[in-house]
This record gives sequence, structure tokens and C-alpha cells, in this order.
Amino acid sequence: MPQFIDRRLNPKGKSLANRQRFIRRAKASIRDAVQKELKDGKVTDFVTDKKISIPSKTTREPRFHLDPKTGEQSWVVPGNKEFSEGDQIKKPPQGGGQGSGKQAGDSDAEDSFEFTLTREELMDVLFDDLELPDLIKTTLKDTQIVSYRRAGYTTSGSPTNISIVRTMRHALGRRIALRRPKQDEIDVLYQRLETLDPADGNGRALLLDEIAQLEAKRRRVGFIDPVDVRYNAFDARPEPAARAVMFCLMDVSGSMGEREKDLAKRFYMLLHLFLQRRYQSLDVVFIRHTHEAQEVDEKEFFYSRMSGGTVVSSALELMLQIVAQRYATSEWNIYVAQASDGYTQAGDAQACVEMLHSKVMPAVQHYAYIEILDEREMSVFASDEAGAELWRSYRGVSSAWKSFAAKRIAKPADIYPVFRELFAKENAA
Amino acid sequence: MTAVLDRSKLLFETPEWDFSMLDRVYEACEDIALKDLKLDVYPNQIEIIASEQMLDAYSSHGLPLMYSHWSFGKHFARDEVMYRKGYQGLAYEIVINSSPCISYLMEENTAMMQTLVIAHAAFGHNHFFKNNYLFRQWTDAESILEYLAFAKAYLTRCEERYGYDAVEVTLDAAHALMDQGVFRYRRPPRPTRAQMDEKRRKRVAYDEESVNEIWRTLPGGGAKRAAIEEDDDAFVKAQLKLPEENILYFLEKHAPGLRPWQREVLRIVRTLAQYFYPQRQTKNMNEGCATFVHHHIMNALYDKGQINEGAMLEFMTSHTAVVFQPGYDDRRYYGMNPYALGFNMMSDIRRMSSEPTEEDRIWFPEIAGKGDWRDVLKDAWTNYRDESFIMQYLSPKVMRDMRLFALKDHESAEAYTVAGIHDESGYRKVRAALAAQYDLSAREPDLQVTAANLQGDRKLTLTQFVRSGVKLSASGQDDVMRHVRHLWGYDVELKEVTA
Repeated sequence: MPQFIDRRLNPKGKSLANRQRFIRRAKASIRDAVQKELKDGKVTDFVTDKKISIPSKTTREPRFHLDPKTGEQSWVVPGNKEFSEGDQIKKPPQGGGQGSGKQAGDSDAEDSFEFTLTREELMDVLFDDLELPDLIKTTLKDTQIVSYRRAGYTTSGSPTNISIVRTMRHALGRRIALRRPKQDEIDVLYQRLETLDPADGNGRALLLDEIAQLEAKRRRVGFIDPVDVRYNAFDARPEPAARAVMFCLMDVSGSMGEREKDLAKRFYMLLHLFLQRRYQSLDVVFIRHTHEAQEVDEKEFFYSRMSGGTVVSSALELMLQIVAQRYATSEWNIYVAQASDGYTQAGDAQACVEMLHSKVMPAVQHYAYIEILDEREMSVFASDEAGAELWRSYRGVSSAWKSFAAKRIAKPADIYPVFRELFAKENAA
Repeated sequence: MTAVLDRSKLLFETPEWDFSMLDRVYEACEDIALKDLKLDVYPNQIEIIASEQMLDAYSSHGLPLMYSHWSFGKHFARDEVMYRKGYQGLAYEIVINSSPCISYLMEENTAMMQTLVIAHAAFGHNHFFKNNYLFRQWTDAESILEYLAFAKAYLTRCEERYGYDAVEVTLDAAHALMDQGVFRYRRPPRPTRAQMDEKRRKRVAYDEESVNEIWRTLPGGGAKRAAIEEDDDAFVKAQLKLPEENILYFLEKHAPGLRPWQREVLRIVRTLAQYFYPQRQTKNMNEGCATFVHHHIMNALYDKGQINEGAMLEFMTSHTAVVFQPGYDDRRYYGMNPYALGFNMMSDIRRMSSEPTEEDRIWFPEIAGKGDWRDVLKDAWTNYRDESFIMQYLSPKVMRDMRLFALKDHESAEAYTVAGIHDESGYRKVRAALAAQYDLSAREPDLQVTAANLQGDRKLTLTQFVRSGVKLSASGQDDVMRHVRHLWGYDVELKEVTA
């Protein structure tokens, strides 16, 4: 008889170990490819699996093989229609051409190797060796993961969970308490019955009566009774999970053009992806501001335009309000990312700094401020001292708080390095 | 009424399959395979797998257990892309040369496909694995799964102990030399314990003799030393058993700097290379045998009324697709189809045995009209490999049917020359050329370790024996040499000698 084995339910991903090794092997190329995607691609590209292509030379598997273009060769092909012996056939201009039977190697000719990175793998590459500071606060609320732990014994449950030791112990106790006659006792009476003088009718009747009573009691008091059965109990306990909220603050006044917004968008996107990987649940709050601040949804945040002045502190105020209403600092890790072109109304910068020092910074895990300049300005403001009002004021904050970081970017290529710098491991230390 | 009776004999009527149906199908196939064809097979183990598992199996040589290496992950990623895009279908089955013989069936297959695959893999391939002389001599079907389990566990332990990178570097190097890691002509030598002791004793004596300074003071010592030095080369050569075609074996035994675990890794890789070597030499016959067997069994099932016309038509469609050989000028042409050539030749042997023509009697006096084609075929399956099988059995009729013609090329020539076609003067040329095309030793470079200087600069010399002026391809050659240097630990040179 053959043996049929149904393997369909075997765990999937048997080659996962191989895949990890492959990705590790091609890491440098993969990182380059992802960076390129990041620079050229759209913001929304990074929410799903991503097809990338890497140069095949990094993962080439070299072998010795013969070169079909050298020396004397001969081979056989099927499908002759017009040739007869001695005919000459012009060689095709390049390559093995019309079907020599010896295509050498498998994929040596390809110069790029295309495959799909899963979202997880993509993020691993994106956020390779980045760590966020102070990931301490945890909360027990609103968790998804549940783990089962032993929780003593119960009187009901599924048969697979029967605790035999407990059950037998209870049965033994009950038998002793109810004085269940043992088989030995009955056997002894039977022996006495046999050895009894046959003439002693009365004694015989007494003995029989006694045996009958004992046996009846034995039947009444079972060896194991349903009341004895105990089951191992398991409790579903929620695993503590970290929660985080990310505030995106952006100046949407006229001075922020398409280019600035796009840069800011990319920065937020990276931060969002990064936090999403770190925390099981992540809320994102978008606050845009001109001279007054508004909480909006993502689409509006990025794509609608407003006109008006610029009062940065209004956004900070709104953010503090939202924190007070919805995100208690004892339960949430709060991250703030602010993007601005650095211009604000006279005097407002000072208000911001005060607010940061007194209220904002004590409440948040990390505050990232990026200032978007155009490339011309970038060279003007080469040194840290130079800068617009907001930048100069924030310098004080960043020296006072380790969890505050301010950076300037001018072109898409600046984002990733800045992002890394902002959250590099050393920063946390 | 007859229709009702017939229906009761059918193994299945719908394309859906279930396990009790598979049982019935297996028994029906077994009945024909063992009683009619009189095949001799290993016990069968048939596993139903899903498509992703098939992809898994693809990437690791089809073996159920394999050590981890990035190249398998790469193949998986590539196959997955191809499969998802629809460029490449999956094989309907994979079969492993082991005892019990494991065949994988895809769950997506229809009832007819499962029947076909059971006939093809569980009986066709299985018989070939168990009986062909190459497999009998070179592979050990009983222990391969155990060995793979050992290899996987061993390499995992190595990774834990010596780190991913160290293991990866060694495996990369070993894989690069996998084609040079087989013994083509002999089994690896297995000295007896006594021989080994004797060898060790001699070696120690020689070491003492050559190192101990006191020997110099003896009268005549100088002359002796000179004599030793003189045939040093010859001695080393004999000691190392040079030349050696199995480069991995040589490195495993003699590379000066390798650690014991690295030697074991080389050993694992070359053991697997050796295990696969017969399969690479019998692709054509193996597939031909399996295809012939499934064709026979399916037809027999139909004749017995066990499958209906619908299933038979479905079978014809997939069978003809399998044995389709596009011509050289067809866009679908991708070399010779082993299923087609093997199946055509074997069907032809059957024809020649039972209904020979005059031509057959001249070309194949031994088998023409022999009557029982089963014995002729089984003899061929047992005693030949692709090259010798074609040389022996490729008949003019098959050459005509497939319209085979041989081409010749020289690097200096402007054009290919047609060396022979399917006519009276060309049969023998075409047959010889096709046989040579399946001769692995001609298709692969003849590389041997010819010298190893253990006294001086420890240089290792690999020599390519160039046949008909065919040189090594430049692509990847430097990379492989880097791997050889890494394993040997010292300089390695590559020479060319015209054989």
C-alpha cells in the first residue's frame, strides 16, 4: 500500500531561512535600490510590497563552464525543413542564436535580478539600525495580543485539558470520606462465607446481608465521580503593548510651496513607517496651521492650500489640547514632527520656545523639527548659527533637551540622511 | 445497460479528487505497472502539497530537506516572480530518488492529472531510480534523506558556532566547484583500517626521516637526502594521488589551511553533487521512461474502462504538450525536449520489437521482431545512460520523424556547416553528434588538479585539458578561481593543456 501524506497544512515558508540569507547577502544592493525608489518614487509607494531590482552580479553563482564560441563544436537540432548535408548557415550576429543545444549557465546573461520585497523586509532595510529613544511607556489598554497562561484548575473544560493527578486525588479523597468499601473487604467476607459451618443458617444470612450492603454501597459511591474531575485552566491575558501617537505639524501658509510640502511629506512618511513598525498601535494626528491651527485628515493636510499668516505657536497649542483630551501621557508615547520653512510672525518664535520648554518637551518622547530651505538658502545658512527666527530660537531648545532635534533639508536626497541622523542610535544614548 | 456497468468500474468521473479516490487510482496503476509492465519499484510515499510548497521544493533541488543557503532563497524569489507573473507554470510533480520513493502531487491537479502523475512519478521514475545502473552504483536511496537531515543539522550547528559569514563563504566556494566535485570514473577510495594504520606509520617514519637532523651525521646521509629530494616531486604526486579530477575531494583532503568543519562542508557539497550526477546523465532516459510508463498505464486504464473519454482527452492534451518538440526555428524552441526524445525513442523500441520493418532488421538485428518489448525496454532502462542509450538505440525512423540534423561550427568559421541530416549518409553522424551532446564529460570542462607544491610556495595547479579547442568561458572564471584560492589558502594557477 502506498503512503499518502497530506502536507498541505504543513507550516508555510520553509524557505524563509534561505530568503533571509539571500536578503542579507544582497543587503547593500537592496539598500541602494530602496534608496533610489525612495528618491524617485511616490510617497504612497511604501505601504505595500515593493518590487525592486538589483544588479545580478552581487548574487552571481559562478561556475566553470565551457565557452560555446570557441574551438570546434557540433550539436543536433530538430525540425529540419530545407537543409541537406554540407549546407552553410550564416551565424547569427550575436549570442548562441538559433538554438544551439547548449545555453550556458542559467542566468549569467541577465544584468539585473528582480524580485519582490515584502513590506516588512522593506522597512527592515529602510530602518536598518535605527532606534527610537525612550521606548519605555507601555500600556495595558487596547491590546490585540493575548497570551494564555495557566490559572489553576476548574471543574469544567475540554477533555484534552483534564488534569489526571488532580482528578484522581479528588476521587481518592471522596472515596475515603464516603467510606467506599474496598474490594478486599468484600473478598474477606466471601472467604468467611466459604469457611462457615453450613449448618449455621443464621450466620450465613447475616454474612450475605452484609456483603449485599457493602456491594450496594460500592455501587453507589463510584470510583470516579463527575464531581472529581478537574481541568487545567488557562487564562487569556493581554500582552502589554506600546501605543504611540504621532503629531504631524506643518505650516501650510503661502510661503510653503509644492516643493516644500513634498519634502515634508516624505519626512512624515518615513517617520510614520518607522513608528508603525515600532508600535502595535499608532495614531497619527495631522495639524496644519497658518495663523490658526486645525486638525485635518491626511489628504487635506497634504493637498489643500490655505492663505494667511504664520503663527507656529497656534499649532503647538492645539496639539497640547489634543494631548490633554485624547492622549494621556501616562499611556501614550508621543512623537512630534514639525515641518516649516522657518518663517513666523515676529515674537511668535519666543512664544513657541517657552511653550516647548514648559509644556511640550516634558510630555513627548521625541520632537523633530525640520526646516525646509531652498538650495540657495542652504548654502547661505551653512553654519548652524545662521538661520531664520524659528531656527535660531529652537537652537536653545535643542541644547536643553536631548529629545529635541532640529535639521535642515533642501532636496529629497537630504531627507534620508537627516532622518537617520535624527533617530540614529547614538542620539538616544 | 452496459453504460451503467461501465460506470461502476470508473475510478473517477469528476475532476475533483479525494484520498479514497487516490487510493483506488494508485491500486489501479500499481496493477498495470507490476503485473503488466512488471516494473520493480521502491515503496511509494505520495505527498500532497500546495503550490507554495512546490516553489519551496523547486528552490532546493526538489529535496524535502536541505541546508540553508542564500542561493536557494534567490532561486525561490526568482521562481516566485516568474510564477506570479504567469511566465512559468509549476511542475505537476517532483519525485525524489529515495527509498521510500517520495513523489509530490500538487493539490491543484485534477483527478486525471493526479492519476497521470502517480503513473509517471511513482512508477515510471521510481522504476528507473531503482534499476538504472548509474543510480544503483552511485546513489544510496535508503540513506539520502538521513544524510540530508544530518547535513542540515550540521550546517546549522556550524552557523551557530562559527557564524553565518564563515559558513556562507565556505559554502559559496564549495558550490562554485560543485561540477568539479564528482568522481566520474571511480568511487571515492575507502581504505581499510589496516591500510590506514600502515599509511600513518609510513608517514610518521617519513616525517622523522626528513626532519630529524641526526640523519645528516650518518655516513652516506647526504646522498640519501639528495635522493629523497630528487624524487620528492614524484613522491608527493603519488602521495596526493595526482592528477585528481574531483577538485572538491582534493581540497577536502589536502588543503593546508582548512578547519575540520570546513572539510566536512566540502564533503557534504560533493556528496550531494555525486548524488545528483546520475540524474544529470540520464535526464533524457529518466523522463522518457516515466513518460512511456504513464502513457502505457493511462491507455491501459482507458482500455479497461477505468477512466472515461473525457479524462482520456484531457490526458491526451497534457501528454502531447509534454512531448511536444518545437523545431529549431520555432519561437518556443529551447533545445531538445528530453520528454520528447526519450518518449519517441522508447515508443520506437516498442515498435521495432513487435512490428519491425526491413530497415530495423538491418539496423537493430538484436531487437527487431524480438516480440516482448517489455524486456527490451527494461534492459535499456537498466543498463544505459543518455549518451550510450542514444548511441545504441536511436533509429533512423526517429531521426526522420524528428527531422534531426547535425551542425558543426568552428570559431574561425563564418558559418555553421550542416554535418549530416536524416538521410542514409547522415544517420550515423547525427546519432554520434546527438550522443556526444548528452555526454556530460564532453559538455563540461575537464579540469584536474595536476600539481600541488607542498614544500615551497604551496602553489596549486589546476589544468584544463582542452578538447577540440573549446576553452573555458571567461564569465565567472575569475570568481571561481577566487573561491578555489580561498579554500586552498595559497596561490592557485589555471593552466591549459591541449588534450
